[in-house]
Amino acid sequence: MSDPMAEIRASFFVECEELLEALQDGLQAMEGGESDPETVNIVFRAVHSIKGGAGAFGLDRLVAFAHVFETALDEVRAGRLEADAANLSVFFRGGDILSDLVRTSRDSTNLPESETDPVLKELEALVGDVGGEADVEEVADFEPMALDFSFDDDDAAGDADPGLPSLPPLDGLDETEENEGTGGTVTVHFRPHMGLYESGNDPVPLFRSLSELGTLSAECRWESLPTLSEYEGKVAFLSWTLHLETDADDEAIREVFEFAEGRCDFEISRGEVNPSTTALDLPPLEASAPSEPASGADLTDVAPEGMLSAAPDIAPPTIEPASAPNAPAVEEADAAKPAAPPSPAAKSAPPAATASATVRVDLERIDRLVNLVGELVINQAMLSQSVGQSELPSNSPVHTGLDEFMQLTRDIQESVMMIRAQPVKSLFQRMSRIVREGSAAVGKEVRLVTTGEATEIDKTVIERLADPLTHMVRNAVDHGLESNDDREAAGKPREGRINLSAAHRSGRVVIDVSDDGGGINREKVLAKAIEKGLVPADQDLSDGEIDNLLFMPGFSTADEISNLSGRGVGMDVVRNAITALGGRISIQSAPGAGTTFSISLPLTLAVLDGMVVQSAGETLVVPLSAIAETLTLTENDIRALGPQTTVVQVRDNFVPLIDLATELGYSDPRESYVGAIVLLIAFEDGSRSALAIDAIEDQRQVVIKGLEESYGHIPGVAAATILGDGQIALILDPADLILNASGRSRRLPNLQAAG
Amino acid sequence: MSMSVLAVDDSRTMRDMLRLTLADAGIEPHLAEDGQHGLEVLDGLEPDAIITDINMPRMDGFEFIDAVRAKSEYNQIPILVLTTESGDQLKMRARKSGATGWIVKPFDPKKLVSALHRVVG
Repeated sequence: MSDPMAEIRASFFVECEELLEALQDGLQAMEGGESDPETVNIVFRAVHSIKGGAGAFGLDRLVAFAHVFETALDEVRAGRLEADAANLSVFFRGGDILSDLVRTSRDSTNLPESETDPVLKELEALVGDVGGEADVEEVADFEPMALDFSFDDDDAAGDADPGLPSLPPLDGLDETEENEGTGGTVTVHFRPHMGLYESGNDPVPLFRSLSELGTLSAECRWESLPTLSEYEGKVAFLSWTLHLETDADDEAIREVFEFAEGRCDFEISRGEVNPSTTALDLPPLEASAPSEPASGADLTDVAPEGMLSAAPDIAPPTIEPASAPNAPAVEEADAAKPAAPPSPAAKSAPPAATASATVRVDLERIDRLVNLVGELVINQAMLSQSVGQSELPSNSPVHTGLDEFMQLTRDIQESVMMIRAQPVKSLFQRMSRIVREGSAAVGKEVRLVTTGEATEIDKTVIERLADPLTHMVRNAVDHGLESNDDREAAGKPREGRINLSAAHRSGRVVIDVSDDGGGINREKVLAKAIEKGLVPADQDLSDGEIDNLLFMPGFSTADEISNLSGRGVGMDVVRNAITALGGRISIQSAPGAGTTFSISLPLTLAVLDGMVVQSAGETLVVPLSAIAETLTLTENDIRALGPQTTVVQVRDNFVPLIDLATELGYSDPRESYVGAIVLLIAFEDGSRSALAIDAIEDQRQVVIKGLEESYGHIPGVAAATILGDGQIALILDPADLILNASGRSRRLPNLQAAG
Repeated sequence: MSMSVLAVDDSRTMRDMLRLTLADAGIEPHLAEDGQHGLEVLDGLEPDAIITDINMPRMDGFEFIDAVRAKSEYNQIPILVLTTESGDQLKMRARKSGATGWIVKPFDPKKLVSALHRVVG
């Protein structure tokens, strides 16, 4: 964190992600027929800014690609190139490659040229189409100057005193000494026009810079200065003759006057001049004289001061900046961070209306806050409980105050959780690329329509959703949609459609992936499942049950595995990933009309919907998402399969019975389970187990407190929580618990009930 | 008294670099993210010079320079244009708007600082 450049580099890549998002948005708007020039401008600017930053970090490939991309976009901007579907498709792919290059640059990995070259050529072709005006040649010539934050001067490094900064004035001295006798005298005639002053230029700093090249003497010519009565403010009267003893070439001198070019009469001549006749021989001008910024009095100081003490204006060559943020965890992203406190005016400048004001905060700090709020919630619950147990009348101020406190606590909790929340937009944008690449790979025309991009979910959920969602979208392209010809034959639009939507629904986020394809071919699915021995041949399954077979491990309907969906990863993996996030996935399909996968996710990973249960006098929490149903056992439900194995009959199936208290070592197996309460735990593979407990206490949200950091992984235990009464309760991981169950009540494969 | 500079650029990375470059050179940096914002920050501030990008949302660099030059208290403040392009056309336009000078991106911190010293009295 102490290296400012590393920080800027990191923040550059964050900015790149934002710019890539803006690029996608812009291209999508253009695709949708948006013709506002500002849209093209935004797209152009995004690529342009990436190029600018990349240049500063010497990311040459990124710069080179962005340059070609930008040149092509500039053609659109200038109206020389049309943003038609074909060209937009190239731009979309350009955006994909650009984002790949950004990521590989960030991770210092290499993107093969075989990936970038085809798109690069297409972009170059777009530029080429327009005519010879835009030079593709420039790409090769474009050599970004890597940013060098050390002020060491390469040229002078050899002979400069290592203790001294090799600043320009020292160079000047070195050179004049070294080249004594050989250094020529250059005479510069310099007559500023009024435009020079009007553009904010000033002769004095120019002379000072010039004096850094050698020994300077200046002679001010004010002959044309009229008397005060004739004086005119808007005319530049003064001119200078400058004598510079230097061995710098004309080029270096011209560079000093670079900004004055065209705003002055300027002439360089070389020849021997006796400096003593002119040096500092300047009569001071009256203070009342011209309003010209360079007064003669100032000028008198120029040469000596410039030679000897121009240096103090420049800070010593240190890498550590005075304002290097030591703990930059919370940093104002937009406002300046000046060495001195900013003036009130600067500070109070309202944030830009269009640019959203953001604060970058270290994730660790947010997590600490989330944790503290969790504690607060628990504390408030404890307080409520003890007030409830007290003898206070219900209309006492303590009660009303506590009610408000509860409401506030809930609001705070929600607000804090929302800090970690991010819109699903970035995730959805990645999917548009998946559709683009997927549809090209299988030769189908597909349009992706997204809705609810602004819906927010926890950052971690978004990150972990990328893989399963990618898989689902690929599946939709590959298996969900029919071929274009088949669609036409069925009287549907040729172009397939995939909808991706996100919405908040009763405290959860629901993400739907739907296609308007042929729907699930249930006959084929069932046949496949029977063939693979996943279900008995004679089993009667409902449509919904057949659809859910897709989630069984190792299930794949594709007769031939295409290179798009790949092999090995099935919907079971998708479901596992969703369940691991505390989510659920369901499927609806209508023949001929399409298939919809719905993912329902918690808003945050910090709290969990749990069932508070009792087992052997211990209070435990079981995640609600794992519980399929609850039962109270009767004698008829229970079958003993052996001395240590008991199963429970649930409708037509037998499921193994596992005693929670036994598994956790709280007590020995019971004599009889009649009257016991069991939680039916559903597994990803469709199998189930019955977990015997003593009682169900409550169903509530609990704040998750990690245990792994302190205790490592404990089989069967996911985390802990603190209940309202201050009691600590373990949050179980039922799947893990049952997987590791002892021999006495091992999980058995589902058994079909006889008869 | 140390120099203070207002730098206007819509790229956060570029602003970060300008901040670092200026602070390293002992110059007090003030930053703004587009022309409009630049005018707001400028209000009440007396920087010794201004550095501005050209292509920015809301108000671009040319409009920003025009607006600054239109204020009597700022019509002589040195304004350096910081651009990726080095074309003469752009220089001409910048010059017409009243820019004092230009620096090409990606900038060399040394050159940026020396250019500032060339225009600030």
